[in-house]
Formats: sequence, C-alpha cells, structure tokens
Amino acid sequence: MADKIIIQNLKKGFGGKPVVDGIDLTIADGEFVAFVGPSGCGKSTLMKMIAGFEQPDSGQVMIDGVVRKGPNANGILISQHGSVFPWLNVQQNLMFGLHGADHAQKVELADHYAALVGLKGFEKHYPHELSGGMLKRVEIARALVVKPEILYMDEPFSALDALMNLRMRTELLRILEKERHTVILITHDVEEAVHLANRIVVLAPRPTRIQAIFDVPFPQPRKPTSPECQALKETVLRELGL
Amino acid sequence: MGWCISYMAKINKIWPPVLLLALLIAVWWLVVVQSASVIFPTPGQVVMGTLELVADGTLWGHIGSSLMRVGAGFFMAAILAVPLGLWMGRVDGAYTTLNPVFQILRPISPIAWIPLAILWFGVGNASPIFLIFIAAVFPMIVQTAAGVHTIEKRYLRAAENFGAPRAKLLRQVIFPAVLPDLIVGMRISLGVAWLVVVAAEMIALRSGLGYLIMDSRNAGNRYDLVIAGMIIIGLIGLLLDGLMRLLEGLKSVRWRYGR
Repeated sequence: MADKIIIQNLKKGFGGKPVVDGIDLTIADGEFVAFVGPSGCGKSTLMKMIAGFEQPDSGQVMIDGVVRKGPNANGILISQHGSVFPWLNVQQNLMFGLHGADHAQKVELADHYAALVGLKGFEKHYPHELSGGMLKRVEIARALVVKPEILYMDEPFSALDALMNLRMRTELLRILEKERHTVILITHDVEEAVHLANRIVVLAPRPTRIQAIFDVPFPQPRKPTSPECQALKETVLRELGL
Repeated sequence: MGWCISYMAKINKIWPPVLLLALLIAVWWLVVVQSASVIFPTPGQVVMGTLELVADGTLWGHIGSSLMRVGAGFFMAAILAVPLGLWMGRVDGAYTTLNPVFQILRPISPIAWIPLAILWFGVGNASPIFLIFIAAVFPMIVQTAAGVHTIEKRYLRAAENFGAPRAKLLRQVIFPAVLPDLIVGMRISLGVAWLVVVAAEMIALRSGLGYLIMDSRNAGNRYDLVIAGMIIIGLIGLLLDGLMRLLEGLKSVRWRYGR
C-alpha cells in the first residue's frame, strides 16, 4: 500500500514546555490507525497538527507527499463535542461542504448520505431535535459527503453512552467497508481501538511520544469480546501501566 | 385534555397580574375621590379623555408619528450597526480601534444629545429620528460584535475544514450564529428607542405621544390626557417588546433560546 500520511519529528510546546515531543509515523493509504493515551496527554494537539489546524514548532506532516500547511476538505476532523451547525437542519448541514452550483445534485448527495447513516426521514430536523447518537451520524455523514480521503476522529464517540458507542462503532465499520478512507482515531478507550483499528499507537504522556505500536491482525468484522481481542486489550492496557 | 390543561395554565398565569392592575386602579380611584383633587383625574376621567382623543382622530396621528420616528431611526441604526458589528467581530484591528469610542459614546443618554440634534437638524422630524438612531445604534453594534466573538471555535474550525468560501461562511455560519445575539441587541435598542422618542417629542414638536403629554399639560392642565398618553406609551412599549419576542421564536434561532 502507498504511504498516505508521513509524520516527521513533529514537535510542539506551550509556554516553553514540550507537549508533543517528536512523533514519527507513516500511515498507509486505507489504514485505520488508533492513537491511545491517557487524558490530557497532548493527543488532541497532535491531532490538530496532523489535520492542519495548528502548526508544529518543528517537524512536518506530509499528505500524499505534500507538506500540510492548513486544513482542507481532503481530510475532515470529527471531534468529541461535534460541530454540527445547530442553526442548519440535517440536510443543510450535509450540504455545507458542497460548494457547487447545482442545488438538486447537492440535495441528492446529502440525502444519499443521510440514508447511509440511518437518518432517512430526519433531513428536515434541526440538531436540537436529535439525540446524541443521531448528531454523531449527522457529523459523520457531513464529512463523508465531501468524499474526503482521510477522517480525523478525535474521541468521536466518547460523549455517548456505552451502548450507543458500540452501535456507532459498528456503523462506522459498515460505512468504511463501503467507502475506503484512511482513518486516524484518537481515543482513551482501548477496547474501541482494538475493535476498529489496524494499528494501535500507544502514546506516553507529557510530553507525548510514541511508546509502543501494536498491529491488530484480526479481520473485520471483529468481536471485541473475542479471546484474541481481549488478550490484545490486556497487552495494550499493560503498556499503558494498568 | 391537553389543550384544556395548557389553557388552564395560561389562565392561571394571566389572573394574578390582571387582579393586581384592577387593585391599583381601584386604589387610584379611591385616593382621588377621597382627596377631592380638582386636577388629578380619576380612572374614569382618563378613559373619557382617551375616548375624546379617539373620537376627534388625533390619537392615531400621535401614535403614528411616534411609531414612524422610532421605525425610521431604528431602521437606519440596524443598517449601520449590523455590518459594522459583524466587521468588528471578525477583524480584531477594527474592534480594538472602534470599541473604545463606542464604549464612551454608549453611556451618554440620548437625551443629552437633544441640544446638538436641534442645532444640526432643527425642530422637525429629523431631530427625534437622529436621537433614536443614537439610542439604538450602540447597543446593536456592541451586541453584534460580542455575538461574533462568542461563536464557538469548533464551528469556525468546521467551516475552515470544509473550505467554505467567504460568502458561505458569512451567510451560513457567522450570520446565523450571531442572529440570537442580534435579536437581543435589537430588543434592547427598541426599548431604549421608545423611551427616547417620547422624551424627544416633548421638545418643540407638533405631533407624537410625547407632544400630546406636554401639550395637554400646557393647554389647560388636562391631566386626564397626560395620564392617558402615559398609559398608551406603556401599552405600545409592551406591544413592541412582544413583537421582538416573536422573533426569538423563529425556527432558525430557537437552537439558542431553550430547547
């Protein structure tokens, strides 16, 4: 597989203190990589740099061989608190990333992705009329509409309850099967990482460095409760010192 | 059953203030009758005076004049304040340069501008319209700029992520995000504007509710008409605020006010 994202010696500090201290990683096209680490270890800062929202102090991120300078629609960030516009309805939200002139075509695309994430019939609803899980679907669908090559997911499901979390993971895998994206997931939930990722990168806290990398060789669909998944989860947790 | 319960709830909300108003009017009537005042009118005399104004048609003229002045001043203020507030909210340099000036001008009562208004615009309609403009423009500018500043980063970040062009950013993110603050600013402004128009009309004008009050006193101590004018001002103010509240019920801003 071709290299999609190359992270080279990425460093960033705040007020003289290093937060992210030299990350090197190469992510292949179509790969699903999960970063796991304790809360407040600089994961989000790392993600913002990879997605282009913050500039590193030194080092660089290359996407398809080009140095990343700022965010663009080629890679969409989905964050914990979500950024679905509360003043637009579901359909308008899904159409937000489409800048073409053909209105009918935009509506069609939006409705297609609404249906894909199970929001058929809710196109005209406003976000405050939806549940947390449905909002996540809107957010994911809005990202997919623009056909990004990369999804940056920063603790996307951590604000959901355990059941909805599990359901959204299954949904995400089902969607990824249809539309192959390169995904970077940041999470503190090891089971989520084992369930979804091809590779798990364990981060050391303060300043963030790569502590260990685990391959997840199990084919999808996986059962997170299966013995091999559980065994891997134990190993990762031990690496995190738990 | 549902409508019946909500109807009862509404009735229960309306009763106490209505009772209080009735009580106040009764006390007013009792005090005037007991003190045998020759100048201060009873509630009945105020009603008769109002009917007199309705009958000779002057009341509608006064109300119309006042509303027209408020409308014109408020409209001009909105046309200037909304773009300026958005610009100040987006461009830090504009904010740091203009905001101190507006913060100094804002606490000056519009009434204090009356001499200047007369100097610049004479005693016609332009003066009160200018005063209302002054009263309305600063709260709207400040509230709009503050609204832009409180837009959550995650929304701006999402817009940036999707590469939204400037026009789309303004139309689909910034303006709708600010709209609830803008409506609050307009409500405050309209309230102040209504206060000011009456004061402005007390000076050298031939129409309007403020003129009605001053003229009624000057022309033979018609205190029944003075009080009638005051009550009408209060009722119209209530109505204007109610109209602005209706705006808060718009579907595109309801995300902000309670869910």
